Amino acid sequence: MQPKLLTGNAAAAWGARLARVDYVPAFPITPQTEIIETLGRWIEGGQMPGRMVTLESEHSMITAAGAAAATGVRVFTATSSQGLLYGMEMIYTVAGWRAPFVLINVSRGLASPITLEPDHNDVLAARDSGFLQIHCATCQEVLDSVIMAYRIAEDPRVRLPIIVNLDGFYLSFTREPVEIPEPKSVADFLPAYDPESTRFRASSPNSQAVAVLGGAPYSYFRYESHLASLNALDVHAEVAGAFAQQFGRHYEAVEAYRCEDAEIVFLMIGSFATKAKAAVDRLRDAGEPVGLVRPRLLRPLPAKELAQILAGKQAVAVIDQNISVGMGGMLHAELASALYGKANAPPILTSFIGGLGGRDISPEEFYEIAAITRKAAQSGVIPPARLLYTQEEYREVQKLQAIAHAERHEMGAE
Amino acid sequence: MAKTLIRRMKDLPSTHLFGSGTPMCAGCGGLESLHQIYEILGPRTVFVNAAGCMTLLAIYPFTPFRGSWLYTAMASAPAGAQGIRDALDILLAQQRIGADEDLNVVVLTGDGSANGMGLSATSAAMERGLDFLYICYDNEGYGNTGQQFSAATPHGARTATSTGPHGFGGNKKDLFSIWAAHKPAYVATAIGAEPVDLARKVETAKQLKGPRLIITLAPCPPGWDFDPRDAADIGKLAVKTGIWPLKEYIDGKVVHSKIPHPRLPVEEYLKTQGRFNHLFQPQRDEALLAEIQDSVDRYWDGIAV
Repeated sequence: MQPKLLTGNAAAAWGARLARVDYVPAFPITPQTEIIETLGRWIEGGQMPGRMVTLESEHSMITAAGAAAATGVRVFTATSSQGLLYGMEMIYTVAGWRAPFVLINVSRGLASPITLEPDHNDVLAARDSGFLQIHCATCQEVLDSVIMAYRIAEDPRVRLPIIVNLDGFYLSFTREPVEIPEPKSVADFLPAYDPESTRFRASSPNSQAVAVLGGAPYSYFRYESHLASLNALDVHAEVAGAFAQQFGRHYEAVEAYRCEDAEIVFLMIGSFATKAKAAVDRLRDAGEPVGLVRPRLLRPLPAKELAQILAGKQAVAVIDQNISVGMGGMLHAELASALYGKANAPPILTSFIGGLGGRDISPEEFYEIAAITRKAAQSGVIPPARLLYTQEEYREVQKLQAIAHAERHEMGAE
Repeated sequence: MAKTLIRRMKDLPSTHLFGSGTPMCAGCGGLESLHQIYEILGPRTVFVNAAGCMTLLAIYPFTPFRGSWLYTAMASAPAGAQGIRDALDILLAQQRIGADEDLNVVVLTGDGSANGMGLSATSAAMERGLDFLYICYDNEGYGNTGQQFSAATPHGARTATSTGPHGFGGNKKDLFSIWAAHKPAYVATAIGAEPVDLARKVETAKQLKGPRLIITLAPCPPGWDFDPRDAADIGKLAVKTGIWPLKEYIDGKVVHSKIPHPRLPVEEYLKTQGRFNHLFQPQRDEALLAEIQDSVDRYWDGIAV
């Protein structure tokens, strides 16, 4: 089959179409809007069945998505950034309903200051909600992950909603060659959704999402969600195997690139990991034994795989495209907890924050990260976390500040 | 035009469909009306609830409903209704379920959600023409948290957050008119203390398609500070004094289903409740009493009888 040039957003829409979704509650937000526009056009044009309804907010959109899933249909929805946060109450709430559906998040930095470009603070804000999370690096992976996501989320061992994440602009608006699978083979891979007892029918009354009194039942249901999420580790492996068999593309929960003999390893998620991959190739050309680890599945966290892949490495440089204000990089902390006390765990973890609000990470910065991390491995001294920023960027910001001051002066404010 | 079969008390169903043993307070006017509403709606319903007193109706593993229930959140019960309605319509259209499996989708919220954070979702559901019934039990404050004032609190009422000598300084939001301005299929006010009127309105709403919304005034013993046994009498006084007009918006017109005549002085209603004590003790607040009476009079002066 000839690949087609598709944006990440179009790939996401194709994933939903091929998954034969019944219901698409929607609300526009940049850079996600192209997904719902595409689906809306297909549904109106009769190219795909299903029903799309535009809600008045993401809070309502996620409520409708969860409620429809709890009624027993296959649901797809999408948002970004502020929209995900506006709906955050319902992200936590519907996860507890144990009604599976797929939500695409097109990552975009959070206000304030407001921006349209990507980083991962939005999707990581949903990290502890009960939604599973798959993070994509390419447009092909977006399409494939949506199809896989339904099979994982709908598995009776899991029954949790799932976020498939792609980066705004770098994937959402970037065209890459994408193979669009045949609907027939997708139907073979992904059967119709069987809601079992999670549904509303006149003949079988059902109370869903009721209150509990006291910590014991509350804890029980919370633990149950946690254990179901952990089940998704095995389910992901099975689904990835079946997907590879059907479509020839294999997705591990953790992608390890040139890691076997690597001494130093970059760890990143999302589309910027492809930049790290290119840097790994250049460093390898220069004789540096460097590799890349890209967790694709972030919830549940494939801690065992990470520990296995990283066992025996000298050092890991974690590059976080997010910032937990007052703490630092979230993946750095996650990795530290996954590795602590494990046999052969790398003794050195360095932390770098970069790519916030779409800020690029240049090849030179990757080389510098590798050099700093190698030095730390040699000396055994871990440097403080680094906020990636160049002198030139700082000069540019100073220029903006100078204009702001001058304008204020002109207006007579000072 | 919908036809109603209920004309008098004798016609009211008494199937006692709604279970007992809920944790609602004794004398709860909201529960009184819900009992009656449920008798008419029947078990082929799914109640979509927003945070409020009634959230405690369904506590694992118990429910007083013979039908279904989904708790959502405080702001988005109408969006939950949208998701369920759409999903059922999809299942019906694809013949994955038969018509016998269909359900009436009923939103159930208090006045806090209805007038405040849920209003945007309600407005949007009406604008989309969602086929649903909205029941708002209006106890004129955030009752579940101890009766702080809400946008539905009447002028002058003492609440946990309006404890001054003149009570609540704001005015009760006109939710009926706000809803009616959307031109939905049906809007009504009602009260459990007028069962025939309430039953006829639920009967009417049940037969219509599209957005249908009913506000029932819910006398609240702890929130309004009165003895639970007086709940029905206070409800009747709310109607007889004209402070709670019983009306319907249907076919584009507002019609009053009960016009109090003669209209009792509003203080007959106010003096039954501790929340208005400061209007009478230690001395009568003539100015505020006159202001409240005046606003009731002005309302009815504007109604062509």
